[in-house]
Amino acid sequence: MAAPMIELAGVSKRYGGHAALDDVGLSVGEGEFVALVGGSGSGKTTLLKTINGLVRPDAGRIVVAGEDVATASPHLLRRRIGYVFQEVGLFPHLSVAENIGITPRLLGWDKARIAARAAELLALVDLPPGVAARPPAALSGGQRQRVGVARALAAEPRLMLMDEPFGALDPVTRDALGADYRALHERLGLTTIMVTHDMTEAVLLTDRVVVLKTGRILADGAPGALLAQSSDPDVLALLEAPKRQAQRLAERLGA
Amino acid sequence: MSGPLAAAFDLLPEYLGWHVLLSLSALVLGLTISLPLAVAAARSPRLRWPVLALASLIQTIPSLALLALFYPLLLALSALSQAVLSQGFSALGFLPSLLALTLYSVLPILRNGVAGITGVDPAIAEAADGVGMTPRQKLLQVELPLAAPVIMAGVRTAAVWTIGAATLSTPVGQTSLGNYIFAGLQTENWVFVLFGCAASAALAMAADQLLGLVETGARTRRPAFVAAGLAGLVIGAGAALAPLATFGQTAAYTVGAKNFSEQYILAELIAGRLERAGAAVSRKEDLGSAVAYRALAAGEIDVYVDYSGTLWTNVLGRADNPGRKAVLDQLTAELKRRDGVLVLGSLGFENAYAFVMRPDRAQALGIASLADLAQEAPRMKLGSDLEFLSRPEWRAVDGAYGFAFRSERSFQPTFMYRALAGGEADVISAFSSDGRIAADRLVVLSDPKGAIPPYDAVILVSPKAAADPRLVEALRPLVGAVPVEAMRAANYSVDRDAGKVTPAEAARALERVIAGN
Repeated sequence: MAAPMIELAGVSKRYGGHAALDDVGLSVGEGEFVALVGGSGSGKTTLLKTINGLVRPDAGRIVVAGEDVATASPHLLRRRIGYVFQEVGLFPHLSVAENIGITPRLLGWDKARIAARAAELLALVDLPPGVAARPPAALSGGQRQRVGVARALAAEPRLMLMDEPFGALDPVTRDALGADYRALHERLGLTTIMVTHDMTEAVLLTDRVVVLKTGRILADGAPGALLAQSSDPDVLALLEAPKRQAQRLAERLGA
Repeated sequence: MSGPLAAAFDLLPEYLGWHVLLSLSALVLGLTISLPLAVAAARSPRLRWPVLALASLIQTIPSLALLALFYPLLLALSALSQAVLSQGFSALGFLPSLLALTLYSVLPILRNGVAGITGVDPAIAEAADGVGMTPRQKLLQVELPLAAPVIMAGVRTAAVWTIGAATLSTPVGQTSLGNYIFAGLQTENWVFVLFGCAASAALAMAADQLLGLVETGARTRRPAFVAAGLAGLVIGAGAALAPLATFGQTAAYTVGAKNFSEQYILAELIAGRLERAGAAVSRKEDLGSAVAYRALAAGEIDVYVDYSGTLWTNVLGRADNPGRKAVLDQLTAELKRRDGVLVLGSLGFENAYAFVMRPDRAQALGIASLADLAQEAPRMKLGSDLEFLSRPEWRAVDGAYGFAFRSERSFQPTFMYRALAGGEADVISAFSSDGRIAADRLVVLSDPKGAIPPYDAVILVSPKAAADPRLVEALRPLVGAVPVEAMRAANYSVDRDAGKVTPAEAARALERVIAGN
């Protein structure tokens, strides 16, 4: 097997007296789609942000595509990693096309190539070409999140980090966008790590679920295998939830 | 157009030009200081509190005091620079005004800058990091553009404050629209006062509107608005500054004046003589009493008129009174020895402190001398000008007669006479050459103990100009040439309510009297 895309060893991070991450080790291979799940304060977002250097760990070592994050130039590292988060954070003073083209521009691509890339990405995330010149404020929430995904993909990263990317969207949009992204992941051969508190989403979209609690990894594996193997009541409760919901839905809808 | 209004318009290009140059320089300097400071304070919460607190503290200092404090500070720095680098600089005029106004403009820009940068949505700041911006790219491409409307609002506030406060630079010797206000207040030329206020307000509003256009452009992301606002500012500033290129630069001599009518008239009298001798002359008016002499000794002004008693007590620190001639002789020798200042000679009249009363009150109370006044003092209200009660002359007189007035109040000289007429003061510390004493038939109380020193009006010449025969020869004929009656008449022609003339006109009339003698 090739060298993993991401390798974390002994990673710890404390905020005040509270441990956000406690001696975490994780290895993610190229092409994997991994969900980080857990309740609030479990450390899943902190873990994600250590990978692109937005959070500096107190201890441990993180290697991304063979490069040590601690010694890498943070902005050069981040230009190679796609990053999508719930609030999207589109730049309000730039047009949709300028938002998508931001990382290529920082990398010094020429204008024609950036414009072509922006058009290509709008099509890829299923947005009409007409939105390119608009300000982000003129878009719906779902459209904005599609632009966020397009922006993250613009500089052709091999690794995507997503922090509850679809959390603020309505269920229909959320479902559509999730499925669309899964297809992109396959097509582009990406490695994706997605933080979510929604176990249904994790089970439906990803290949591997990593469960965190108070900064430690409780369980790690394919959704079905976890349910079969884990004995931890928290993990079981988390995994049972979507199953119970599906049963109740079926009963109430009279299937 | 009426006389005072036409006179005001004649002065507008020079006053407005200096006012714009001063406020614009202060604002630009303020921006270059406060913007980097705002960025640093926005980055570091530890720095933020002390920086904002200091800026707020500076803002609480009354603006006139802030301007005044820079003069002694710069004078000390200039002396230090003279000693270390053999190169001094002018501590009067533009520099102290610029520094004080710059400090004044810092707070609004700083405060809004910090608020604007820290107010950027954290999600957008995180996105800037996430897409791979360096801290510098994040600041220039995301934070500053998003904070621009808030920062521009701060710049507008600073511009309005600076333009308003710049009128206060007149007393430290910087020409500005404040010259209308200070001169108008002294000579009761209300047209001048109103003109100065209106011009300053109009300038502030115009700057505010143009900056508002820039702000709107920044907020709505319309570059055309920004460009139009900036173009308006550049064209307006250029038009206001253009006349300055022809002012003052070729002036061979600078004539100083303190802040009352007689001083304005005598400055014009001296300037007229020098101009007839073929020299270009600039004027620095409304100087504080202590500022004027130090400015002369430092060569920042070449000539002005002061009074022997003032120099005797304030410059030489003497409390005794050896008599009129002895004071003049010792003063001439001592100022020459100490500062190289030439006392050219007395103009021929005295402008002493004189305690005066309304004739009806003086008669009713039977007061004719300061000794009589001391008896009645506990039932009387003293009115004085702004500086008299803190001057050594007052301590000398008070020490000799032992006054215990019921109340003591300070007024602008103009309002002091009004207070006497209206009964708000029973006795005032007037000036013996003031035309209003004769016009209002006021009673001058005698000084049997000789406590008030003599106040011969003397022409003082700076060390540099003392070696200039053209200046000295042009002014020497004025020695002994101005009788006190002529000076009183000239002062009254400027101070009276009806049919008042400008100091320049009064100086020309005085010149005709001198020529007739």
